[in-house]
Order: sequence, then C-alpha cells, then structure tokens
Amino acid sequence: MTLSILGLNEIAGSLVVMDNVDDVSNEEIVEIKTQDGHIRLGRVVEIEGKKAIVQVFEGTSGLSKTNTKTKFLGHPMELPLSKEILGRIFNGSGKPIDGLGEVYSNFKADINGNPLNPVARVYPRNYINTGISTIDGLNTLIRGQKLPIFSGSGMPHDKLAVQIVRQAQIADSQGKDFGIVFGAMGVKNDVAEYFKRSFEETGVMEKVCMFINLANDPIIERIITPRCALSAAEYLAYQQDMHILVILTDITSYCEALREFSSSKGEIPGRKGYPGYMYSDLASLYERAGIVQGKKGSVTQIPILTMPNDDITHPVPDLTGYITEGQIVLDRQLHQNGIYPPVGPLASLSRLMKDGIGKGYTREDHSALANQLFASYAKVIEARSLASVIGEDELSSNDQMHLEFGRQFEKIFIGQGFDTKRSINETLSLGWALLSMLPESSLDRLDQNLIKQHYNPSTASRILETLASVGV
Amino acid sequence: MENKIYSINGPVITVKDTNDFSMLEMVYVGHKKLLGEVIKIDNDLVTIQVYESTTGLKPNEPVVGSKELLYVTLGPGIVGNIFDGIERPLKDLYEKQGAFIDIGSQVDSLDVEKLWNVEVLCKVGDYLYGGSVYAQCQETSLIMHRCLLSPSLSGQVIEVVENGAYNIKQTIVKIKDDYGLIHNIDLTSKWPIRNPRPIRKRLGIHRPLITGQRVIDTLFPIAKGGAASVPGGFGSGKTMTQHQIAKWCDADLIVYVGCGERGNEMTQVLQEFSELIDPKSNQPLLARTVLIANTSNMPVAAREASIYTGITLAEYYRDMGYHVAIMADSTSRWAEALREISGRLEEMPAEEGFPAYLPSRIAQFYERAGLVKTLNQQEGSITIIGAVSPQGADFSEPVTQNTKRFVRCFWALDKSLAYARHYPAINWNTSYSEYIDDLSKYYSEQVARDFSSLRKEMIMLLAEENKLNEIVKLIGADVLPDDQKLILLVAKIIRVGFLQQNAYHQEDTYVPLAKQYQMLKVIHYFYQEAKKLVTRKIPVSLLNKTGIIDKIIKIKYDVRNDDLMAFDNYYVEIDQALKSID
Repeated sequence: MTLSILGLNEIAGSLVVMDNVDDVSNEEIVEIKTQDGHIRLGRVVEIEGKKAIVQVFEGTSGLSKTNTKTKFLGHPMELPLSKEILGRIFNGSGKPIDGLGEVYSNFKADINGNPLNPVARVYPRNYINTGISTIDGLNTLIRGQKLPIFSGSGMPHDKLAVQIVRQAQIADSQGKDFGIVFGAMGVKNDVAEYFKRSFEETGVMEKVCMFINLANDPIIERIITPRCALSAAEYLAYQQDMHILVILTDITSYCEALREFSSSKGEIPGRKGYPGYMYSDLASLYERAGIVQGKKGSVTQIPILTMPNDDITHPVPDLTGYITEGQIVLDRQLHQNGIYPPVGPLASLSRLMKDGIGKGYTREDHSALANQLFASYAKVIEARSLASVIGEDELSSNDQMHLEFGRQFEKIFIGQGFDTKRSINETLSLGWALLSMLPESSLDRLDQNLIKQHYNPSTASRILETLASVGV
Repeated sequence: MENKIYSINGPVITVKDTNDFSMLEMVYVGHKKLLGEVIKIDNDLVTIQVYESTTGLKPNEPVVGSKELLYVTLGPGIVGNIFDGIERPLKDLYEKQGAFIDIGSQVDSLDVEKLWNVEVLCKVGDYLYGGSVYAQCQETSLIMHRCLLSPSLSGQVIEVVENGAYNIKQTIVKIKDDYGLIHNIDLTSKWPIRNPRPIRKRLGIHRPLITGQRVIDTLFPIAKGGAASVPGGFGSGKTMTQHQIAKWCDADLIVYVGCGERGNEMTQVLQEFSELIDPKSNQPLLARTVLIANTSNMPVAAREASIYTGITLAEYYRDMGYHVAIMADSTSRWAEALREISGRLEEMPAEEGFPAYLPSRIAQFYERAGLVKTLNQQEGSITIIGAVSPQGADFSEPVTQNTKRFVRCFWALDKSLAYARHYPAINWNTSYSEYIDDLSKYYSEQVARDFSSLRKEMIMLLAEENKLNEIVKLIGADVLPDDQKLILLVAKIIRVGFLQQNAYHQEDTYVPLAKQYQMLKVIHYFYQEAKKLVTRKIPVSLLNKTGIIDKIIKIKYDVRNDDLMAFDNYYVEIDQALKSID
C-alpha cells in the first residue's frame, strides 16, 4: 500500500521532515508532488518514531509546509533496466532526457546494490590494451579493475578518457559485447557535450549509456547518479555478458555534494568538512568494479577526479587512492611542457598490473622493464633537483646521461600524442631503446639475461632517431 | 513485552522504553533478523548498532535479545576458511545466495555436517579445568585442533565417547561441575569477541618472528608475541608487506583480517594462498591461514567487529599452544568505523572527529598480543601486525600517533621509496624496533655472534649516508673526499643489494637468516678491504670499473638460499678485484 501525506513539518536545505507517517522503511523512495503538478523524488534517510526525514533529490526550492502531497513508494530507489538502455541518455536520477521515452522492463535493480562476496570474485588478470604507452607499459589497466585518473583543473583528463575509449580493445577479439556506461556528476555542459560528440565520432554511441547530472542540476541528485550508472553497468555485465567500461566524472563534485548533504543533516564532519563515512561511501561505488565467477562480463571503472589545488593529499584523491587499485596521475609540469598525455610516471600506479602482465599476457620482459624504467626515471628526478642547485655542467657523466634519458623518455615515451596508438610490443621495444641510452651498469633492476637480450645501444639510437624525425 | 524499533539512522537503531537488554548484548533486529549489538543504554532509549545494511527496515519491527554477548563459535573448520566480520562463512553464503551478499542471512559459522576424526584425550573420572584439552582432531594437514574446555567451565568427566568420526554438534564428553550440573561438551565452544581469553601468565619475549624479509629480520625485527605497525600512504606497499609476512613468516597459524579493504585483494589472497606451497612443510599456505574479509563496501559495524573476531580466533589457537600471527589490514578503517558509529551516536568528538576513546580501544587491541603460558601449561603467542593508512600519508594523524604508543615496532613506509620502486619501501631512518635488545641473545646464539655488530655497522653507514646526502644535494658528490665517497658506495650496496627485496623473484622473495647474515658479512668484508685501499689514496671511482659492486648487489639473485657455500667465492673475488686496481 502506498500512503499520501499532505504538507511537511520542517524544511532545511535539501531535507524535509514529515510527521505522523506510519509504516515507512529506511531508504524508501518518496514522491513529492508540488502544487504545480511537478513530482520530485526523495529518499528517507532517518526515521524517528513517526517522524521521517527525507532528502529531496531535486532540491527543496518552492516547497512550503502546506503545498505538497507526498507519497511513500514502499521500496528503495530502483532503476528499470533492459538492453535498450544502450545508446540512451538519462538524467542524474535515471530518467530519460533524450526524448525517446521511458525504458520499460520487468527487471528493476536497487541502485544501492549489495556488496559482492569476495569469494564470488574472479581475480582480474586480462589486460586491456589502451594503446597508450604510459598506461600499457607502466600502469597496465586490467579488465575488472578500478583505475582512477587524478587530474587538476585545466588538464586533459577528458581527452585521455576519450582516447582510452577510442583505442581500448576491451572487447573479446571480435569487438562485440562491449559497452560504455558514462556517469557525469556536476560536470559542465561542454564536457558532457564533448564526451557525447567523441562517442559519436568514434562510432560507439550505440554502445554507450549516459547518465548526466550537470553542474547546474540539483546537487543531491548527484549522490544517486553514479549509483544509477553502476547499476546499469552491473546489469549489462552480469546479465547481458558484456564487458563494460564505466567512466565516472567528476568524483570531486560528487564528494562535495556528499559534504553538502551531510552538513545539512547536522552530522559531525571529518577532515575538511567531509563526512566521516566518506571512505565507506566511496567504497560502495568503487567496489562495484570487478568480475564475478560464472559470469562472462566484467565492470572496469575509470573514475576521474580533479584534485583541488593539485593536492594529492586532499581527502577526495586520498580516500580514492586507498580504495582503488592504483591511480593514473596527470602531472602539471609535463602538461606545461606540452607533453600529452601528461601521465606522471612516478605517482601513477596499477596494483593489478603485476598479475596481468608477463608471459602469457603481454611479454616476458614486461615487468622487469617497467621496474627499470621507473627506477631510472626516479634517478632522473634526483639528477634534476641536483642540477637545479649546482648546474647541469657540474653533474657526473652518469647523471648527465640520465638527464638526457629523461628528456627523451618524456618526449617520446610519455608524449605520444592524441592520435598515436601503440601496440604493446611497440611500447616495450621503445622502453628498451630508451634504456639503452644509459650505461649498462646503472640498470640495477635487470638480470643479465634480459640485458643481453634487449640492451642494444646501436639499434636503440636508430629507433629513437627515426621516431624523433617523424616528429613524435 | 515485545520490543520494537523506534528510530533508524544509518546502521544505528534505537528501541524505546525497555529494560530487557544488557550492554553489548547480541540482538536480532527486524523481521529479517539482522544481527546487532547493544552499544548504549539511556534512561528511555536503548541504542543498537546493526551489522548489516538497514535499508528497508521499518519502525515497529521487532527486536529480540539473545541474552548473550556478541560471540564467535570456536571449533574445527576455522582454518582454511574465509569469514566476514561476524564469522559468517563467505563460501557458504556464496553457495546459498549467490554472488551478492543479501541481508539477514543466517548460516552456521562452521560446517556442522563434516565429520572429524576425533581422538578423545580424557577418561571417565578425570578432572578437567578450563582450558584443558579433552579431544583432538586433524583440522588441516598442518594444524592439529586441540579442543579446549571453555575457560569458564571445570568439572569431572562422567562420560566419554569412543574415538571416531563426529561432527561438531555431537557430544564428546559429559562433565559434572562442582555444583553437580552436567554439561554436554561437543567439539565447539563460544567466546565473546570483546573479552580477551584468559591465560596463566605472560612470558618474557625472546624469540623473533622470522619473516624472511631482510629489512625486517635484520634491521627492525619483530618478536613472537610482539606488536608492529605498518603505516603508509596508498601505493606504498602496506598490503604487499602484509602479504609477504603472511606467506613466509614462521608462525604456526596466520589470521589475516582484511578490514575495510579491497575485495579483489581478498580474492587474491584466497587464490594465491591455496596455490602457494609453504617451503617448510610442503603444504598449501591455506592450511595454516584463516581469512576474515570485511571489504570496504560491506557494512561498517561488522568492520568494527572484524578486528575483534580475528584476534579472538587467534587467541583460541594460541591457547592450543600455537604461535599465531595476525595481520590487520587496515586498522585505520576500523578506527573510521568507530568514528562513523560514534558520530551517529552524537558523541563529543576528539581529534579529527575520532571519538575520545580511540586510544584506549587501540591499546586494548594491541595488548592482546603476547607470548604466554596458556591455561593448559603450553607456550603460545600472538604477534600483531597492524597496517595503518594515514590520511594524506601524514603520520601525525591520530590513528598513527596512538598506534605508535602501543606497538614497539614501527615499519614506516615511504612514498618516495615506493616511487623509485624500492620495495619493501620501509624507510630505515624513521622506522624502529624496540625488540632488538630482547632478541639480541637469540641472534647471537642462533645466527652468529657478530650479527649484532654487523647490524650496527650497517645502521651506522646508512645514517652516515643520510647525512652526506644533505651535502651532496648542495654541492654534488664529486667534491666529497674519497672515504666519504666509499661510504656512499657501500650504503648504495646495502640499499640496493640488501634492503631491496624482490617479492616476485623465486629466491629473493624469502631469505633465511643464515643467508642474510652471509650477505651482511660479504658487504662488511668489502667495506673493510676497500677502506684499506682508500687510506692508500686509491680513488674510489676505480672500484666501479672492476664490476665487483654489481656482483655483490646481485648476490640476492645469484646465490641460492640453500647453497651458502657459494659465498666463499665472493671473498676471493673481492680480493682479486681490489688487487687489480691496487
């Protein structure tokens, strides 16, 4: 049975309080009908006796104590799902906004989802070839992984996400059965438009399902946007056997919405005013990536977040880093030097990489090579900081060689450009060619066999020259 | 009178006007019987934290007390299993309800059907005290399960069964206690998770927990019965360090608590540990491992309980006379669960929103470590290794600081080392171990007499390097005098050749103490001999050309763990190399 209640008792921020309600359940969805006939959705967040506190997704502006009619729907927030959602565009709370009508389906998913039993998970091992050297070679993306992009305002994170979508061979060899779920939280209209246009240009639009909450859309709706997106992704992955790549942008806006909601409820804040449960809340999103035993599909997540003031210790990137399986960090220095994609090699990390590369996956020498590249690049940074004090000329010859290696590494290996797609073999050979610029004795992460096999200064310089002449 | 839900706020519910509940009592909430625990009793309200998601719960649903404290069931079937934070077996949940964990699932903690080959160890007329062993059965190939009489019971045996196959619910012995009451004892017992199990007495710490990780065993050893903390920002290798210790340390049993961490990580542990073979026993590692997985998206109250569930299971096996190591990854998530619940109770927050009782809770947990004599006169120990995930890798935050007060071993993980892929990224300047003095006797007797002095020399060289690096940063390495250049060179050998350890390399992933000692000795010998050259004004740069340095650095890969004779060659080679430039 559904109940209708006239009027409200209190309105504070996005919350309304109703008295004398019976039989209401926690997290239940309510419909609030205003005088002009509009319906707003809300969710029960707290119950005390006969009093219920409801969070209104579309905001409370225009509501008064007397002009509403509220209906309790008796179930938590649900999203009707079918394969028809591909190619469609929805708003932040899952309503179609592309004018193509409602989605009808017998299957409705609770958008909160239940936690996945760790025993039911399959440990992800298949790598996704993104064609981007810094990702494939150094921070390999694995199917079923959650690998966020940590960016800052003004950096090309959207471009990188689009490049990944365009180049990634996520699908099983034939290229079918893959899909993209795109969740936008508080992004600007242009950004949403850019993604839409890029999907169209790439020709994947009929494989994309978009949930869009724009920067001027109600803030509270933002809290359910990623949940709608992930429910759609789980449905496509586990019931329709598709490999789904979920792009969520911008997590920082999401967290700000969470903070606003928390403070309107009068909760005790944690760091920087964000609620104490933000870790659990973010985990309930990110942990919905993975592969489930006995199912053919997978959910891979690439959340994008902008670090306020490029500060990686800010609560949003910090808590994200503790949950996700690594991170791709964009580096402003590289960006300013005109290098695209400006993926900072040292701060980036893929935790699942170790088990998804090497023999049988990419190439046997991959792991050792990646390690050496990291270690050598770390030395470049050391040498640079020394050079800034005593001048480059005063450096030892070893340090100077590292500086040169660093320049080439950034220019050629990292800065591959938006239109270049490299195979894993190309990426790895390029890595070896760059390492061959360094004296053999400084390669302390490689064993003798590998050095014998791949270390070759003479061919290396040829490869680098050709690449440089092409203007990469 | 039936008790009903009055209010619901996240995982916290209240019941009005009742005197039926006692503090920390376990209760069943709602029609679906969600598990909960009483955490506060006011004049008119009883507050309960619920261990499952409260979505869909309604006011006026019933709340039923169990008259018991939140307990775990102890008995054969624990080892090799994976549980959630309140000891529900995840494999059974998966079989029963599929991939996603639904609320209100009632399953037995332990397999009640499985028959164990029980050997009864008492006879009619024996008098059993709490903690006595009355029967045993082979739980896994590595663990003999000794069934312990509950510490609160004692009495005379009046009936026993024959040796044979029994399930955990069948009565094995009957005892009559001092008041004439008869108790039927099966293979299981219960214990409330928040109370430490009693022991006879604590023993002085004297033996290391050997982990096979050089930087730990040699520089910052942990004792059996000790407590260590591994703090580090994300990506610095906390989980990796915990995994390495869980795989290779010489404890009899590992309890691995994944508290608010990633689901894939627990899957990895589960898969990897069932495939990996323990080199000492040739059995799969899972045969000595208990996993507790309360991943970050599972209910927050159960996350708070998971740490206690883990330590209670560890204590149970300690009481059987085993050396148990418990890994808690990560205690920060547990502290955050405390904070979240405290916030819902509207308690006055202390630092960064954490409740004021955070330090005492941390202390209570770490104090459950120790080397003890059990009620049954056995020696057993619990070693706690707790990971801490400080926000923004800032070690001054409350969880790290309070943990530091109650552990004596601190392995600080360093982001800049991790960036340079120096693993394990344990920073040798900020880490410490207070167990060194307690363990020095063991090292000098069991490893070598000069172990401590070699260790000291190594620490001194690393500290010296740290100082010199300050100068190098300002003026470059070239202007240093040769004796200081040599220190930098040897420190580099120590860092790269000794402290860095490759977890994925077959030989290097675990290194026995004997080899660690030999490696130290070779480095020491090289340093002493090279020093002689330097005093004779032979430039250090020549040393680089001999190739001997690379050789020493690669000892870790080149010398097999069981082939320590190979070290003799290195002395010869060092002599030759130095002679060639003399």
